[in-house]
Amino acid sequence: MNAFFHHFAFEFRTGIRNKQLLLMNYLFPLGFYLMMGFVMAEINPLFREDIIPAMVVFAVLAATLLGIPDPLVNARENGIFRSYKINGIPSTSILIIPALTTILHLVIVATIITASAPLLFDAPLPLNWLNYVLIFIALAFACVGISVLIGVVSPSSRMTVLWSQLVFVPSMMLGGLMLPYSMLPEVAGKIAQLLPATQAMNAFNGLAMGKVADFSPWGSVIVLFISGMLAFGLAVFLFSWDSRNTVRRGHPSLAFLVLLPYIAGIFLLS
Amino acid sequence: MKDSIIEVKDFRKTYGDFIAVDSISFDVKQGEIFGLLGPNGAGKTSTLESLEGLRSPEGGSLRVAGIDPTHEPRKLRNMIGVQLQSAGLPDSITPDEAMKFFCAYHEVSPRFDLLERLGLAEKRNSQFYELSTGQQRRLALALAVAHNPRVLFLDEPTAGLDVATRVELHEMIRELQTGGTTIVLATHDMAEAEEMSDRVAIMMKGKIVNIGTPMEITAKGAGLTKISVRTQASSLTDAGITFPAVSQRLSKDEYNIYFSSDIGPTVSAIIAHIESKEDTLIDLRVERPSLEDRFLEITTTGVVQ
Repeated sequence: MNAFFHHFAFEFRTGIRNKQLLLMNYLFPLGFYLMMGFVMAEINPLFREDIIPAMVVFAVLAATLLGIPDPLVNARENGIFRSYKINGIPSTSILIIPALTTILHLVIVATIITASAPLLFDAPLPLNWLNYVLIFIALAFACVGISVLIGVVSPSSRMTVLWSQLVFVPSMMLGGLMLPYSMLPEVAGKIAQLLPATQAMNAFNGLAMGKVADFSPWGSVIVLFISGMLAFGLAVFLFSWDSRNTVRRGHPSLAFLVLLPYIAGIFLLS
Repeated sequence: MKDSIIEVKDFRKTYGDFIAVDSISFDVKQGEIFGLLGPNGAGKTSTLESLEGLRSPEGGSLRVAGIDPTHEPRKLRNMIGVQLQSAGLPDSITPDEAMKFFCAYHEVSPRFDLLERLGLAEKRNSQFYELSTGQQRRLALALAVAHNPRVLFLDEPTAGLDVATRVELHEMIRELQTGGTTIVLATHDMAEAEEMSDRVAIMMKGKIVNIGTPMEITAKGAGLTKISVRTQASSLTDAGITFPAVSQRLSKDEYNIYFSSDIGPTVSAIIAHIESKEDTLIDLRVERPSLEDRFLEITTTGVVQ
């Protein structure tokens, strides 16, 4: 427990001390939130209704997809994991502790957004706080899992950027943050259901913000939780201490199994 | 005779078709400083990393403090300390945090005294990337010994360090040895290996080509001993004079230098010659071949005697 506490405390401080992580955890999401609040809400007043869930989803995407994978790859490539292994630090701690500290940073950012949006932009507060928190946790869990998995299977920093952007960019465009899901063409809507952001926005709308969900909102919550668990399971299974001369337990392409809950959702959620 | 704390028997390590280590056997005695030498690609790192539990052997057996590193890695953690060649620490960690963090996983109290002992007291709250190379290596050593391991693996511990830091680290390594710690030292620095090690093994192309004390290894070579002589008059300047076992002669800075394969007869003959010519001996130096000379001889010619 003492070891877990020291590891957690160090990783949490790193999230603020490291300039790249500070940018992804706080500056980028909060800066984008303020910009969108001041600009987008003026252009499209309806955006005020979505600003809290949309900017919370954005914060989660930025802190996880853009903040988690690269440090994991760098740590592995620079021999930090080897040093951890020699000193008895388990692989589960290496994967779970950065995930937990990122979630803690996200709780702070989400609280700032949720508390300030009504005051700054006249945004409506969630109607069901319990569901709001539950969906936030499900989204954070799913995105942190995918991000850790990207960090585990990517052979280099360059590849983490590619994989992260492959989730981040479509999430921004199709995930319901800028454009409601109902306005997407049918095919684009199906593709959007492969994204955690789409599932989270659907659940926020249907279960927390008092709006109408486009498909089963509880189904979205379940998809997020299952994908999070699957992603962590795959990350632990595919983890390697050292990319050189070390045989993995499975091929990195197994990481695509994380899409299974989302694919099932396309067929099962209506 | 001390007991062996590390036992390596027919150890073999391959990467695909490449044989990194080819059935080597050696042991390291309790409390010994054991040097592992060899050119790049000789198999030193594969051997060390397998002993540290980072890699699995393809054949043979390894025991460290009675533990099989491959199958009992958890038991091994508190028995060994490792200073890796690369720092192995996150850029943003401070020495204080690193000490608390690693000691917590080893379930021992943080050894902040080691940070002071190694001159890191003023840098306790600096981030790792802000430390100099020397400070980073000292921190790595402090962390490697903080849980009082029985066996310490040092991979190039003084590479890139200034003379003062290097001397300080050597002193600390000797103190650890005095305290009963067994030390395995992998280094390219032959002077360091010769000065520090009780025994050394020279590896080449995955095999141990020589093992013994530095003295034994240098004595086995074909290296010629250098005898430098300076006299008051010019009794040795005649190029026609010959001495037994001398294969080469040259003059430099008032010294006559002889390379001998058998120093006893050579030195006796030189002194007898000087006396016979009623000359006076001012200086006579005998320099045996260094471990570096012997290492170069083995690694460049591949000749093992």
